[in-house]
Amino acid sequence: MVAACAIRIPVIGSLGNFALTRVRGLGDFGIFVGISLGAAFSTRRLAGRVIRSIYEQGLRCLPVILIVGLFTGLVLGLQGYYVLNRFGSEGLLGTLVSLSLVREMAPVLAALMLVGQAGSALAAELGIQRNSEQIAALETMGIGSHGYLVTPRLLASLFVFPLQTALFVTVGLWGGSLSGSLLLGVDPGVYWSAVERAVEGKDVRECLLKAVTFGLLTIGICAYQGFHAHRIRQATGARAVSAATTRAVVISCITILAADYAITSFLV
Amino acid sequence: MSAPAIFPPTGVDGRPANRTPGKVLLRVEELWKGFGGRDVLRSVAFTVQQGSIFTVLGPSGAGKSVLLKCLANVEQPDSGRIFFDGALLDFNQRSARESFHRRCSFLFQGNALFDSLTAEQNVSLPLEQTTSLGRSEIRRRAVEALEQLELGECGEQFPATLSGGMQKRLALARAIVTRPEMVFFDEPTAGLDPLRRNAVFAMIAKYQLMFGFTALIVTHDVVEALAVSNEVALLHGGGICFGGTPADFAVSTHPVVRSFRDSPEELRSMLVGLRRGEDIRKEEDE
Repeated sequence: MVAACAIRIPVIGSLGNFALTRVRGLGDFGIFVGISLGAAFSTRRLAGRVIRSIYEQGLRCLPVILIVGLFTGLVLGLQGYYVLNRFGSEGLLGTLVSLSLVREMAPVLAALMLVGQAGSALAAELGIQRNSEQIAALETMGIGSHGYLVTPRLLASLFVFPLQTALFVTVGLWGGSLSGSLLLGVDPGVYWSAVERAVEGKDVRECLLKAVTFGLLTIGICAYQGFHAHRIRQATGARAVSAATTRAVVISCITILAADYAITSFLV
Repeated sequence: MSAPAIFPPTGVDGRPANRTPGKVLLRVEELWKGFGGRDVLRSVAFTVQQGSIFTVLGPSGAGKSVLLKCLANVEQPDSGRIFFDGALLDFNQRSARESFHRRCSFLFQGNALFDSLTAEQNVSLPLEQTTSLGRSEIRRRAVEALEQLELGECGEQFPATLSGGMQKRLALARAIVTRPEMVFFDEPTAGLDPLRRNAVFAMIAKYQLMFGFTALIVTHDVVEALAVSNEVALLHGGGICFGGTPADFAVSTHPVVRSFRDSPEELRSMLVGLRRGEDIRKEEDE
């Protein structure tokens, strides 16, 4: 009995430690994002840096968004057609493609693509800046490092993620039309009128809400991980940057899927 | 090993250096800092006079950079008091922090230049972000600072394309563009060969006189530091074990000072002894 208790106590202790570390990390992340957003009111010449961040996050990720959006639409068109064909409902292909894209696939896949391209780059850049003391240099110059480095990225994500998601939807719908109408013979008029009938204002609002939420969360996570690359245990220098970047991408991807479930369950 | 200051006490451009003899600009009292249960700094205390070059010497790992980072608010000391221009510094107060950063600059060991910004943008950065000056005035001051540090032609170049010495000067240009009263130098000659070490210390001395700032340098280069400094302190075992002028340092009988100061001679004697021993062994073999 005593021996069993002696084994259980360290297990409970380490579980408690794990939980406390996670809760502390969550609080720290919340403070980090809060400070960064608050710094928007005190940072000088912010507009130029926001525009540059929009360019970095948006324009550089454009090709990958277009390609993934097109192929997602093509596959949805194909799969949807063969499923609906069983019930003689090919006319609903536009409904299936559009609702799948607008409600779920576009915000999630666009966010995942943005994390892979812009998020990982951000985490690595901030990690290197931490390593080479550029962040410390900003502080010694009296420049708020959150406001200078993180705030523009967060604000840019509020524009970029919804815009890229909208673009993903548009290209995806054309992809669905391409495979459904051009290759499989669904009438284009039927396809596009089904799209028009199916998508309602609340679907678009849900889509944009998801895009904005994913943008803030993922860019916040990537920035947080890169900014605190020096805190990573048992890794310094390039290894710390590498670990921070990997962690940023993994946590962001999981967060996107978890947040997607949470938002959908509240809105449906 | 007498080592008087190599430059006269007035600015090289004829402008008198900004000195008020005897006025203490920085006073450190009872500063403690530890990491993971190990004390790196133990009750460190010293004063720096306005307009002087004050050097903290010490072997690698003695806590020199930690000391400098505590003074520049990059690290938080565990306890202790720092007085700047007579006022107790409280870095928790935003106004005190901002005022201190306006009046002081920091030169990092690795220069900490922004790779994605040109030389001119690097120098403009503190003015852009901490002042309300217009774009033309910021540009004028940045170009002026670059020219003063003989980097006038390099404004459009990125730091990675500049030589090590030019990067050091660029970092100094960024540090002085805000016209600070005090500049902290963290191991300014780390990893440089003796010729470049001399050049960097000469640069610090030259521009310190030109601009009149107070310099606080941490380094382990004894000879060069003694040549340019007005005062030196030796950090050992987490505390200051010696403080005084370079002349005092040169004649001090303190055992730690002697071992640090005379280490090149001791190495030479040891090598001579080794060679002699080797010669004797060879003779015996023959």
